Amino acid sequence: MKLVLNKDKMQIIREQDVVPFRNRVKEYATKIGMGIVNQTKLITAASELVRNMLKYGGGGEALIEVISQGRDNGIRLTFTDKGPGITDIPLAMKDGYTTGKSLGVGLPGARRLVNEFDIKSTPGSGTTVCIIKWKNG
Amino acid sequence: MKTDISKLLQKNHKQILEDWMTNQLADASLREDLMSNEELGEQSQELLSALLKSINDKNLNDVQSEEFENVYEILSGISMSRARQGYTPRETGMFVLSLKQAIIGTLTKMLKNDPQALVDASFKMNNLLDSLSIMTFETFIKSREEVILRQTDEISEISTPVIRVWDGIVALPIIGTLDSSRTQVVMEALLQEIVESGSTIAILDISGVPAVDSLVAQHLIKTVAATRLMGAECIISGIRPEIAQTVVHLGIDLSNIVTKASLASALRHAFGILQLEVQKKQKDKTVR
Ligand SMILES: Nc1ncnc2c1ncn2[C@@H]1O[C@H](COP(=O)(O)OP(=O)(O)OP(=O)(O)O)[C@@H](O)[C@H]1O
Ligand SMILES: [Mg+2]
Repeated sequence: MKLVLNKDKMQIIREQDVVPFRNRVKEYATKIGMGIVNQTKLITAASELVRNMLKYGGGGEALIEVISQGRDNGIRLTFTDKGPGITDIPLAMKDGYTTGKSLGVGLPGARRLVNEFDIKSTPGSGTTVCIIKWKNG
Repeated sequence: MKTDISKLLQKNHKQILEDWMTNQLADASLREDLMSNEELGEQSQELLSALLKSINDKNLNDVQSEEFENVYEILSGISMSRARQGYTPRETGMFVLSLKQAIIGTLTKMLKNDPQALVDASFKMNNLLDSLSIMTFETFIKSREEVILRQTDEISEISTPVIRVWDGIVALPIIGTLDSSRTQVVMEALLQEIVESGSTIAILDISGVPAVDSLVAQHLIKTVAATRLMGAECIISGIRPEIAQTVVHLGIDLSNIVTKASLASALRHAFGILQLEVQKKQKDKTVR
């Protein structure tokens, strides 16, 4: 069972919101004693998802939670937007797939950087991505 | 008979100013360090005169009336200068809010025998002064934003110093997040310096970049491509171990770019390309 120890919500509507959000995530990760490598992985994954939310979802909300399960602590991030959604999730998760003339590594890369990755999307009403990085994961 | 509020206020001009000054001087947030009391008195006098000159019985209901333009102008001037001088929003807001107290106080005294007129007059003056307060805040914040914008520009300029480290080698340390506008500045500065110094090697040091996500990576790749088009080789240095691991997991291919862990090893690599050799000075053999 996962226990939520702390919750923090941030609205992401502009490019300028990215850095403060990342810094907030870093703060929480540091607080639970996450090492620098895992921290960097988490922050980079967060950065990808938050940028997707801005670029494709028209902005949205990011939830930062400190969670614990058994002996391990971790950070759970949930990104929710009310954008157009993704019709073909398996396709969007493929390396190199992009509709934005970019590298197309954001979603698949983020999945590789974290311990748990969950994406849900309803075309026409929005996308939610949830990731967990354990302190020792 | 209906009371003419504007006439009433104009008649009590002196009293209102006095009360207002008393209010301001009594307030704990008075900033004598930023403005002398004489100066404050002059500002107050100027604003109050303009306000009392502009109001008449018709425009009291209409805060948008053009007749108030002069008042708004004076007030926004005051508010802007306070924002730059470092007043807090509270201190700036108190300026107008304490005028409201003085005006309502005078009205209460003058109209104590006519409650209906007092309610009516207070209501109108409240509206007018609230609108002045809101405007004060708007201008205050706008001036602050201008200050921030200017600083942002300054920061992005000073944070992209291109250094000529050797004949033919330029280096650019990047500190902070590489977003799109920043990349533009960095790239321009770098390309410009390559042309001016006739360098053939550029070192981009990212020790100070907190995270390399796909966007930053793309900007780096573009910068490298642009440098190559100028006929120079580009080396990226300062790749920390955690960044290296993250970039690999993320799935970004930087194999076409020369990357080094430290600026020193990038410099060594650059010397190699330029066929330069750095040697320790030979000790004088006769001494031995
Ligand atoms: N929140 C979202 N809402 C709608 N569509 C999305 C969202 N996130 C991703 N997508 C779609 O999924 C595709 C793949 O996303 P991914 O992050 O992997 O690549 P990218 O953003 O195009 O490029 P990169 O992240 O490498 O810069 C996007 O091009 C976009 O079409
Ligand atoms: Mg992306």
